Amino acid sequence: MSQPVLQIENLQTHFFTDRGQVPAVDGVSITVHKGEVVGIVGESGCGKSVTSLSIMKLVPNPPGKIVGGAIRFKGEDLVLASEKRMREIRGNEIAMIFQEPMTSLNPVFTIGDQIGEAIRLHTKTSKKEARQKSIEMLKKVGIPRAEAIVDEYPHQLSGGMRQRVMIAMAMACNPELLIADEPTTALDVTIQAQILDLMRQLNQEADTAVLLITHDLGVVAQMCHRVVVMYAGNVIEEGDVRTILKNPKHPYTIGLLNSLPKLEESQERLYSIPGNVPIPGSLTAGCRFAPRCEQAMDRCRQEMPELIPVEENHRSRCWLSI
Amino acid sequence: MTEELLVVSNLKKYYPITGGVLGGEIGTVKAVDDISFSVKRGETLGLVGESGCGKSTTGRSLLRLIEPTSGEIRFDGVDVMKLKHEDLRKIRRDMQIVFQDPFASLNPRHNVEKILEEPLIVHKIGTPAERKKRVAKMLEVVGLSSYHARRYPHQFSGGQRQRIGIARALMLNPKLIVADEPVSALDVSIQSQVLNLMQDLQKEMGLTYLFIAHDLSVVRHISDRVGVMYLGRIVELTTSNQLYTNPLHPYTQALLSAVPTPDPDVVRERIILEGDVPSPANPPGGCTFHTRCPKAKEECKTVRPQFQEVELGHFVACHLYSQA
Repeated sequence: MSQPVLQIENLQTHFFTDRGQVPAVDGVSITVHKGEVVGIVGESGCGKSVTSLSIMKLVPNPPGKIVGGAIRFKGEDLVLASEKRMREIRGNEIAMIFQEPMTSLNPVFTIGDQIGEAIRLHTKTSKKEARQKSIEMLKKVGIPRAEAIVDEYPHQLSGGMRQRVMIAMAMACNPELLIADEPTTALDVTIQAQILDLMRQLNQEADTAVLLITHDLGVVAQMCHRVVVMYAGNVIEEGDVRTILKNPKHPYTIGLLNSLPKLEESQERLYSIPGNVPIPGSLTAGCRFAPRCEQAMDRCRQEMPELIPVEENHRSRCWLSI
Repeated sequence: MTEELLVVSNLKKYYPITGGVLGGEIGTVKAVDDISFSVKRGETLGLVGESGCGKSTTGRSLLRLIEPTSGEIRFDGVDVMKLKHEDLRKIRRDMQIVFQDPFASLNPRHNVEKILEEPLIVHKIGTPAERKKRVAKMLEVVGLSSYHARRYPHQFSGGQRQRIGIARALMLNPKLIVADEPVSALDVSIQSQVLNLMQDLQKEMGLTYLFIAHDLSVVRHISDRVGVMYLGRIVELTTSNQLYTNPLHPYTQALLSAVPTPDPDVVRERIILEGDVPSPANPPGGCTFHTRCPKAKEECKTVRPQFQEVELGHFVACHLYSQA
């Protein structure tokens, strides 16, 4: 395997609130190699979005703060990087796409202005060249009438088109890492299929590493090489996509897969994981999933397991995996 | 008593577009454009479609929360369209709705007891003591406890709020529940809890559901029959097994093939549709799907296909299957 583009080591991002310190991300380690698509899955509040914002150092401070760990981007620790250095990196070497394309585009600037801004910020180009490059990028992401769209405003486009514009903007500077935070959640299935296809194609053409954050295991199956499953601020299982989806070891991953309704077959009743996702900050000792786990033992309630290797490239944070 | 609890025929909901100097009507948005279907007692009919296809408008029109433009809605033998204010209110005892957003559909200033009691007060049912008892019982039924009655909506998680929404709909012992995207806002593990709850309640209380959702796997799981909507029209309607094993309409085929499956071994031929859903203010003529349909013929551009039964209980609106 080629050398890693991104290495997150034991990242801890905590929020300091009136009610005390909330460990939203608590010791997360993720590695992304060149050209690889790594998925982070988990339910709301598991810390997947905070992890991605931490990489870009976009966690609102206060109340959020990276209190420990390292984020190595091509060897450079971003946790220690200055704000000036971060500005050079953001949008240039690491780009990000968000869930809601309408809120991440500025409504009062044209599409061309916004893509051009990203280009001109990081490369020495004239306005005219930036415009040309914008049109070129729009064509690349499959936008019809690119010459006309470049002068239009975000509200004139549909949701799928706006997400294409976001991707065009993110890819404009040939980033080495693309972070996509729920890029298709707000879109309809037929449009989702288009966008996923486009992202896969760009990943293959430019060899960009992608960190894909999603709650949809179907999207993971289609897009990712490796998967990291998060629960309550921890990585609880990681492995290649096939292993995680076909042969998961952690009871949470198994429960999550079983609670999905299947399109191919009809089931009488769905499996459901009892209880609710724990509120961050109200964590107890021991394994965080223990209160909802049907196989929990005494040990689980007292001692938090490490990520235990199950086989090569497959680790699970569960005492049962030993 | 007929087998069908709800019969909808030629339902239309048009919204006027006003504009111009005098603010006159310059067009119409055909949100729901001539749809007909029926729901049998005790069954779940699913309605699926992408955003803007008119599935929610249909659900709300049935209860006349939105006034339909024209059409006939027969609920339990009564023509809902002809009812006047007071009678309409009474019939709503038997038809209730559960909304998508459990955050927006509960009054934040009322505690759960007040939220659940309100339907009973509106319909003047029971004494205060009886009502309190019924609230406590209903909370148990949906898997909460009677001690939750004093709490406010913000003190609950999304899944629990959706349970409260369901409890509120059940307070009056309705016959029909229109569930408008009831699990879309929930996490996967919570979604399965709520779906199981809805199935249990249906068995226990003999409920009939009209289940509106955009998630095809969820709809398949819960529905006996499924209708697929596109741009205000139902393009295909059949049993849930038939629809998923033998979809006939090209739109249904594309929609099913676009759903990502979590099983890496399932290899499906994926049909990726080009372009977006056209604007309902200016829908294409003929079959509204012809602009994106990979199998469109000349005829599709001009003639609207009839919604007809091609196999027993399998309705489809497509020229590919029309008998000449």
